[in-house]
Amino acid sequence: MYDAGKVTIGLLIFLLLVTVPFWYNVAIGKADYAPQLEKPANAEQCIRDTEYMTAYHMNLLNEWRDDVVRNNDRFEVATDGQMREKSLSNTCLSCHTSKEKFCDQCHDYLGVEPYCWDCHVIPEELGQ
Amino acid sequence: MSIDRRKFIRLSGLTALGLAGASAGNVLSDNAVDSTEAPQTHAPLVGKRWAMVIDIRKCMAAPDCNECSKACHYVHNVPDFDNPKDEIKWIWKETFHHAFHDEGHEHIEEAIKHAKLPVLCNHCDDPPCARVCPTGATWKREEDGIVMMDWHRCIGCRYCMAACPYGSRSFNWRDPRPHIKEVRSDFPARMRGVVEKCTLCDERLARGKLPACVEACKEGALTFGDLEDPNSEVRNLLREHFTIRRKPGLGTQPEIYYIV
Repeated sequence: MYDAGKVTIGLLIFLLLVTVPFWYNVAIGKADYAPQLEKPANAEQCIRDTEYMTAYHMNLLNEWRDDVVRNNDRFEVATDGQMREKSLSNTCLSCHTSKEKFCDQCHDYLGVEPYCWDCHVIPEELGQ
Repeated sequence: MSIDRRKFIRLSGLTALGLAGASAGNVLSDNAVDSTEAPQTHAPLVGKRWAMVIDIRKCMAAPDCNECSKACHYVHNVPDFDNPKDEIKWIWKETFHHAFHDEGHEHIEEAIKHAKLPVLCNHCDDPPCARVCPTGATWKREEDGIVMMDWHRCIGCRYCMAACPYGSRSFNWRDPRPHIKEVRSDFPARMRGVVEKCTLCDERLARGKLPACVEACKEGALTFGDLEDPNSEVRNLLREHFTIRRKPGLGTQPEIYYIV
């Protein structure tokens, strides 16, 4: 290889530049940042177990959407035997009242921008 | 790998047995789910063909009344742009000669000609809007005849608006959220680029409530019911009175009837 030394230095500089976001976070002490989810105060248990909800809540919401809008199937019996409405605003957000302290925590961290809120209303923001 | 006839028959027999066993298992588990189901706490209103009868005479008695529209637009987060170009309407008042321009004639009684009556989506039996929708965002619900909308699927092409002969559909040219007077959280708003219209309060029917406009009407001019039930109130009204529908000649079979 010609100019092996220069190429190696160039590659190293390139690597350093590419990984700047990581170094930057280490430097300002945010390397071990993890989303902090605020647990609801008024409920012990979610409508599904936590593991499932963490991984698949979006699938559940999609299923609910199709059930409600397309199949007129609006209520479900949850694992604890209670009847619930299949509704993001009325069911999910009745416990997880703060979108900012719950939903946004992970979505912002992962750079996900779900379009639920283009239409669906957050009760807390209305003061209801 | 080769397989002889005897082996093949034996294998297919076993497979058939296995499949039969699996489906029997499904049947059993289905029953188990049924027995644990909690009692239905929200008894929905169920009908085979929803329809509405509007008594124009009662509307004429209260010419300035707009309660139906107010109630509907409030419960459904319908924006008010205060501008006819951007206007969103689910149910609104129209003069007789506008709503029924092919019915009247030159010498029709003045009071009728200028009578204001509520118009809304006609929930046609053969809805042209549903036929042209390229994404299936609007469709006729087979179980009760409601022409539904799925705002998740609407791409805003406005074919439905061109197809609807009644002008029952409105397009959100601008973000509606800042123009909703009083936002409610129990019903979604819409976003820019989506068409919307009356869904005959499907969300209220599912909770056992009458449509908001019917409930709000102080004159009792709006009657909602099941056309397939011969003893329903709408059928009684249709038997007892002469009724007209908007543009019946187009063959869309509108299901909103007007008593003149």
